[in-house]
Amino acid sequence: MLTLTCPCCGVTAEETEFHAGGEAHLTRYGPGSDDTEFEGYLFMRENPKGVHFERWRHVYGCGKWFQVARCTVTLELFGAYPAQTTRPPQALQDTITAKRPGWSWNDIA
Amino acid sequence: MSTRLATGGRLINTDAPMRFTFNGKVMKGYAGDTLASALLANDQMLVGRSFKYHRPRGIVASGVEEPNALVNLGVEGKFEPNQRATTTELFDGLLATSQNHWPSLEFDVGALNARLSRFMPAGFYYKMFIHPRPLWKHVYEPFIRQAAGLGQAPKGRDADSYEHFYAFCDVLVVGAGIAGLMAAKSAADAGARVLSLEQAPQGGGRAPVDGGQVDGVPVDKVVDQLVSELTEMPNVTLRLRTMGAGVYDHGYVLGYERLTDHAPDQPGPRHRLWRIKAGQVITATGAIERPLSFAGNDVPGVMLASAVRDYIVNYGVSPGDRVAVVTNNDDAYRTAIAVKKAGLDVPVILDARVLPEDSPLMAEARAAGIRVMMGHGVASVMGGKRVTGIGVCAQAGEGAVLEEIGCDVVAMSGGWSPVVHLWSHCGGKLQWDSDYAMFRPDVHKAPVGGDGAAFVRTAGAANGHFGLHEIVGDGHACGGLAAKATGHTPRKTDAPQGDSPSEAPLAQVWIMPQGAGKTLRAKAWLDYQNDVKVSDVQLAAQEGFESVEHAKRYTTLGMATDQGKLSNINGLAILSDALDQPIPQTGTTTFRPPYTPISMGAIAGEARGAVFQPIRRTPMHDWHEANGADWEPVGAWRRPYAYVRQGESVHDAVMRETRNTRENLGLLDASTLGKLLVKGPDAGRFLDMLYTNMMSTLKPGKCRYGLMCGENGFLIDDGVVARIDEDTWLCHTTTGGADSIHQHMEEWLQTEWWDWQVYVANLTEQYAQVAVVGPNARAALEALGGMDVSRDALGFMEWADGTLGGFDARVYRISFSGELSYEVAVRASQGQAFWDALMAVGDSLGVMPYGTEALHILRAEKGFIMIGDETDGTVIPQDLGLHWALSKKKDDYLGKRAHVRSHMADPDRWKLVGLETLDGSTLPDGAYAVADGTNANGQRNVQGRVTSSYHSPNLGKGIAMGLVHHGPDRMGEVIEFPGTDGKTYQARIVSPVFYDAAGEKQDV
Ligand SMILES: [Zn+2]
Repeated sequence: MLTLTCPCCGVTAEETEFHAGGEAHLTRYGPGSDDTEFEGYLFMRENPKGVHFERWRHVYGCGKWFQVARCTVTLELFGAYPAQTTRPPQALQDTITAKRPGWSWNDIA
Repeated sequence: MSTRLATGGRLINTDAPMRFTFNGKVMKGYAGDTLASALLANDQMLVGRSFKYHRPRGIVASGVEEPNALVNLGVEGKFEPNQRATTTELFDGLLATSQNHWPSLEFDVGALNARLSRFMPAGFYYKMFIHPRPLWKHVYEPFIRQAAGLGQAPKGRDADSYEHFYAFCDVLVVGAGIAGLMAAKSAADAGARVLSLEQAPQGGGRAPVDGGQVDGVPVDKVVDQLVSELTEMPNVTLRLRTMGAGVYDHGYVLGYERLTDHAPDQPGPRHRLWRIKAGQVITATGAIERPLSFAGNDVPGVMLASAVRDYIVNYGVSPGDRVAVVTNNDDAYRTAIAVKKAGLDVPVILDARVLPEDSPLMAEARAAGIRVMMGHGVASVMGGKRVTGIGVCAQAGEGAVLEEIGCDVVAMSGGWSPVVHLWSHCGGKLQWDSDYAMFRPDVHKAPVGGDGAAFVRTAGAANGHFGLHEIVGDGHACGGLAAKATGHTPRKTDAPQGDSPSEAPLAQVWIMPQGAGKTLRAKAWLDYQNDVKVSDVQLAAQEGFESVEHAKRYTTLGMATDQGKLSNINGLAILSDALDQPIPQTGTTTFRPPYTPISMGAIAGEARGAVFQPIRRTPMHDWHEANGADWEPVGAWRRPYAYVRQGESVHDAVMRETRNTRENLGLLDASTLGKLLVKGPDAGRFLDMLYTNMMSTLKPGKCRYGLMCGENGFLIDDGVVARIDEDTWLCHTTTGGADSIHQHMEEWLQTEWWDWQVYVANLTEQYAQVAVVGPNARAALEALGGMDVSRDALGFMEWADGTLGGFDARVYRISFSGELSYEVAVRASQGQAFWDALMAVGDSLGVMPYGTEALHILRAEKGFIMIGDETDGTVIPQDLGLHWALSKKKDDYLGKRAHVRSHMADPDRWKLVGLETLDGSTLPDGAYAVADGTNANGQRNVQGRVTSSYHSPNLGKGIAMGLVHHGPDRMGEVIEFPGTDGKTYQARIVSPVFYDAAGEKQDV
């Protein structure tokens, strides 16, 4: 039972008040994209042992989506940030680097 | 025999005798007894039969680790199987029966299995699976069915109530033995909010039985003192009969409190599930003694040495008159001394070790006149349903019997294993301690919380400390550290000084004797409940099941209701030996919550019956209820399936409502349909992305039917969209889609097109909506009076605001039935009054309410699709002939890219058609149409399936829709649908529109 803090409304609550929304920072491919791009967008997901970026929604609270950086092994939370960005904030990336030197995720770090 | 002693028993109250019944026999015990101690006091050592071989089973332990003494408790609504007698507190009138035998505990037919045991080796069940079908049917299946299951499933509804309870604390201490009490006290002294849980009815754990002193005070007095101090402290909650069941992510812990199991007449819930958020968790869960693996170690009367001592000291019960002790460590000598002090006989202590000199405990035993045989062990156990004696052998040899010694109890000790379960639940790692032959928590690899810091600590025997001095010191220090980690300052106090005799080191003994041959190993039990022997684990290793997780499943070692609390370490030591690798390399199986079984009732808590899922009610719900509604659950809603009249069947009602709606006037409560208001400068652009067709070009005042696909191209919802004004649209969704489509819209707006200016509001429950349907629909609204609802003023697929009969109303000219139809939305608070007004004016127009089944038939007669019937998450609009709803003008919409994927564009996809049986009967819903030939599995090939099927009273025959291979190109062809009723239905492929194909009736 993770404890998460919603960056939109500031409420700290148990996992059951949120809904997990899968991998963060997917790039949408629409009409005109080739099969590989579209397949990657629809189906291919990161499944790292360690640092991961994922989407959550504060479903039984303010209703807003946000994003979380989390260690999938220890369940340590590195930080949460709004959904309206295509990359994790640099400060958060620095925090992760301090705790998990040498980390990488997708094309980040 | 086992019996009640004249004196002793620190937990029982001999002034409070109680009567209970075991297998119909009335027995006597005392308040404070467990069922197990009371059974032993009545000379009832035999308590059950094992799972596989139906071997006689006696009481082995005195606590939660007990594998054998499982009984059925209570009757009817209070019946519960598999209850451990060792943790069941006795109460007056308790009813228990033994399990897993037929016809009786003493004489059991299934015990024949035991004689066949050499034909039932490890992996027996798996090995059977490869045998051919006839052998299964006639030999194995009857055998497995007869043997399967432990205890009986309750038949009655659970008469008790249960509840959940949320709790928050700085420091949670699991276990109120001496270590846990010390930890709780030092954390509480630092000012932390402390919650202390103890599974037993009293604190103290083993310490009061094992003795010793703390700071010069006898340890049982120290326990009493700590319990009373903690009870008084305002920042401490101490709960007895409450087990720490599981430790989960980020400091979440489940506690399981048994409130009335010991006092069934007490009012209130039976069990309470504690849902705890703790800053720090201390596992002070003690340790469990291990059995020794010698031939015959499962004969009733062979017990854990610590349990023998517990029964004597705690309950004043002698498990037997002559107790032989067999051990590889000093602790069992305490049992020998306790037995002797109780005035009973200890004929021998067999100690597998060879030591240079006696330890203090050994010296004390010898001084009490007990014969001690060093370097010896048990070669055999005499007796069937009760021990009558043992054969003694040299531990170093192969089991040649040197001497036979009469006894009725064998007290065995193979050392102790810390209870590391809760430490491990959430990822705490273990390390192997070869001095004590045990896994202990690796305190440098503790579970961490969201901040990356350790949140679980461990203290006392659970942490691998066994001397009283180390245990109290560890508990005291751990409590202070946990308090500090939650922001409190521990008081500077001296660590408590424990005093107990020093002990000689144990010897690792995994098989007795060391050179035990095949015959002995096949009689040396590891798992008593599941009948797993040393030989089984060795065979598993030999057959290649080298991973401990594989060996566990192959042999079923540790898979019984006790989850291997006694057997796991012994089993993996045998496995390691067979694989010739060190024990830590073999590792342990995964420790999973709950620590011991918890009731399903506690998990459900209050969520049963009416509160399991609260029902959503439309404003007209009570009217439906009062007017014969046969309810259909639709999501969390209840919708009337039909309104059944006196003397009418549900089917009759559906037929009547369907006909009446076509002939006169029908009213449908459509309030459950989703109503999402989408507003803003970019709303049109947004809806163009969500719907497959164009919504931005819709004119205010107009309605349009729309389809929604997910990004993978499959249909997810449909409904009518009305444009309210320049920047406002109202989107109707399916009943089930109201919430999910709202969330779908929010997700895209928040996470992809967050710069678009659009706001979505879910207005579903703000309006009551009534479909007024049938040839008399206009007359009904005109009778109400108010706004102009004529064809000229309000055409088909238009909407208007106005008043009807004095009600503020929004009227949509839309039709899901093919009839003249209006859907009228009024404020939810006026829904019932509006419905009443419609029923009143409709009286002379032949009004009848109709339910969801009539709705379905009416739409099917028209060939309208239903999300969830014609779609199942794998269907695209093209499959349903809805190409017209796919905009070609738009560059992009959700699903557009997916529709050109090769499988989606495949001409061989099954397509929607109508189906009409040749004999007018109704096709079975979901039936498959068979094609020529068979597939690779020898099954008939298929070429289509029924998606909706009804009897149409208007057409007087069965009508259906289905998806059929090349269906639209095969009009008139007859295909076959074998039903599950043995009949094969012949159906002709026809247009899905069965009624008013020109669509004239809805546009009048
Ligand atoms: Zn929030």
